[in-house]
Amino acid sequence: MDTLFLARTQFAFTAVFHFFFIPLTLGLSIFTAILETAYVRTGNERYKQLAKFWGNLFLINFAVGVVTGIVMEFQFGMNWSEYSRFVGDIFGVPLAIEALLAFSVESTFIGIWLFGWNKLPKALHAATIWIVAIGSVLSAFWILVANSFMQSPVGYKMAADGSRAEMADFFAFIFNPHVWKQFPHVLAGGVVTGGFLVIAISIWHLMRGTKERAAFETSLKFGAFYAVTGTLLVTLAGHAQMQDLLKTQPMKVAAAEALWESENPASFSLLTIGDEKELRDIFAIRIPRLLSFLAYDRFEGEVKGIRELQKTYEIKYGPGNYIPSVITAYWSFRFMVGAGTLMLFSSLFVLYRVIKGNYTFSPRIGNLIFWSSLLPWIANSSGWILAEMGRQPWLVFGLLKTEDGLTPSSVVSSTELMLSLGGFIMIYFLLTFTDVWLLRKYAVAGINAPE
Amino acid sequence: MDLHSIWFIFIALLFTILFLLEGFDFGTGILLPFMGSDDRERRSVINTIGPFWLGNEVWLVSAGGAMFAAFPGWYATLFSGFYPLFFLMLISLIFRGAAFEFRSKFSNPDLKRVSEWIIFGGSLVPALLWGIILSNFISGVPVDASGNYTGALSNLLNPFALAGGAASALTFTLYGALFLTLKTSGRVKERAVGIAKKIWAPATLSMIICIACSGTVTSIKSGILPLFSLLSLAPVILLLQKKRSGVAFIMTSLAIGCTSTAIFMNLYPRVLVSNLNPAWSLTIYNASSSEYTLGILSVVALIFTPLVIIAQSWSYWVFRERVATDSELEY
Repeated sequence: MDTLFLARTQFAFTAVFHFFFIPLTLGLSIFTAILETAYVRTGNERYKQLAKFWGNLFLINFAVGVVTGIVMEFQFGMNWSEYSRFVGDIFGVPLAIEALLAFSVESTFIGIWLFGWNKLPKALHAATIWIVAIGSVLSAFWILVANSFMQSPVGYKMAADGSRAEMADFFAFIFNPHVWKQFPHVLAGGVVTGGFLVIAISIWHLMRGTKERAAFETSLKFGAFYAVTGTLLVTLAGHAQMQDLLKTQPMKVAAAEALWESENPASFSLLTIGDEKELRDIFAIRIPRLLSFLAYDRFEGEVKGIRELQKTYEIKYGPGNYIPSVITAYWSFRFMVGAGTLMLFSSLFVLYRVIKGNYTFSPRIGNLIFWSSLLPWIANSSGWILAEMGRQPWLVFGLLKTEDGLTPSSVVSSTELMLSLGGFIMIYFLLTFTDVWLLRKYAVAGINAPE
Repeated sequence: MDLHSIWFIFIALLFTILFLLEGFDFGTGILLPFMGSDDRERRSVINTIGPFWLGNEVWLVSAGGAMFAAFPGWYATLFSGFYPLFFLMLISLIFRGAAFEFRSKFSNPDLKRVSEWIIFGGSLVPALLWGIILSNFISGVPVDASGNYTGALSNLLNPFALAGGAASALTFTLYGALFLTLKTSGRVKERAVGIAKKIWAPATLSMIICIACSGTVTSIKSGILPLFSLLSLAPVILLLQKKRSGVAFIMTSLAIGCTSTAIFMNLYPRVLVSNLNPAWSLTIYNASSSEYTLGILSVVALIFTPLVIIAQSWSYWVFRERVATDSELEY
């Protein structure tokens, strides 16, 4: 089989699975830290119980996030050696900083937090979970600095012999406008994911008439505020990121909208069934002017279409196909935005009930909210699929194509790739299954479960 | 000394710290199934490394990240060329990490036992692999003019490398046993002392074999450091008989540190030796990042490495007590 296809599949598979766990790590670490702070400040034991309960779920998930993360760290060298040589001077830097400044801090303090409940003074113990939470946030930041270079390279120069990109300006590199849109987006996505899990588990217990009613009412209250905050932020951040993409990767936007021709004012696609070969609609319902509004906050303004961009890129980069898979970009965008919209309704509804002090949910409503906790995962994954697939055929936008970043097949053969891909698939499914099973077990057991 | 050399030394240091720290938690993992006669005893063994194992693994990620940033050519050739070995290493670490975290959360005793054997395998395989990988650093591997690895898996599993794998696995096991003599109590501690005494001879013998053979696979002499490692390892058995486990542990860590240092000194100024043509070897100059990048990295490393070391030292201080079967156990 084709090594490029296998390597891309392996990367996509391991990255998407890794990102099942990361947003929850981000969201639940901050959430646990907030609860433990409430405990330290009020001395109320209920907050301690809650911090332990949610912290336990955080831990189960954290372990899987870490081990799948180590795979990411080495996969660039293993499967994308040409890429590693081409961008190592730049891309390696945030990875090294992430390891030394974020991952190391997280991993050291998670051990201290878990084992230190009775060994450290209360306030110091609460500080350790904050350090873990800050560490995960910093970790996300540095990884996104690296990813943003692939999306929108800045602060670099080409080496004299043209063989690789080199860092020219570190501060331009970390103040890449792309990352300052992407980072809030991802971080808010983590808060949403954590918030929805808290809402789902709390509602599950409340619906079943738990003995720990007061504790789960508190959880639901915290969770609702947390989820609404996250959802509002993620919407704003996503909107800002899309506007920024129009400048850096207009092709991604055009593909996400199935906008074949440039339009002014541009229409927003409600539903398009298109013909990717001929670059035209088969069937489409579009809302006039809405895309211009989303792009520029006014009802006019040109949004470039796929055909025109293809022509521009041919002139700029030479002959070739510069159009990503439109069907993938189009539907991943819709899944993300659709899930986001439902999340907004769902979390606002829960917040409304919580503010009214009404914690009783009918089975139908309760179940609906319970299952809506899956929405953040849909949004997270489809968001990344859009980000990465929408950038194709580029690996580093404008600098290196995906096919040119691959490890030569003389070094890593398709047989080796098939074995490793098969291995990762089996292990990751087993891991995810066990993780979900344990999360469920501990979530169901409730707050006063025996150790 | 130029920045390239400084970064080579820094990466060698990161790997050495990795072996010094993860060495004993690999050893503890390898010994786990044999250390306790009941669940409580085995739990106490896991809990000795409970707060530390992830912090120890940090050094692997740091070494990998630093290698990518400072010597992308080394990172690219090493990880693509040694693909099957690193794949095995990664899946071992995945299984091991998950088993540490999940074991205590299973209520079924069979799943607990399975987790212990996963920790065993997940510790043994990387312990073997590091010896194999480092031996290939010394003996050189087929790297062509464009810096790509051209060999097969069988090239990496040559007799010298396998001997190196055995030596690292045995030495780490000894190191783990000595760690347990310091961190456990009662019957578990007695067992750890017994195992340390038994494993000392094969560990020392395997190190002697490797050091003796290293002269035949490489033309460059590594000086007296390998001798130091043997001299540090030799008195361990006597120290154990005199019940001086602490000193025995330190001597073993010296042996590991000296060996790792010797290997990297042997490499310098190369990072990956080509046994096809010496001129094709990757060096700290032809595989490195630009001076500008190395400068940025130096500032980062200078600030944050000491902080990580301080944080981890504090963690070892907080959890300095021995773990007994009646201690409070998190794992």
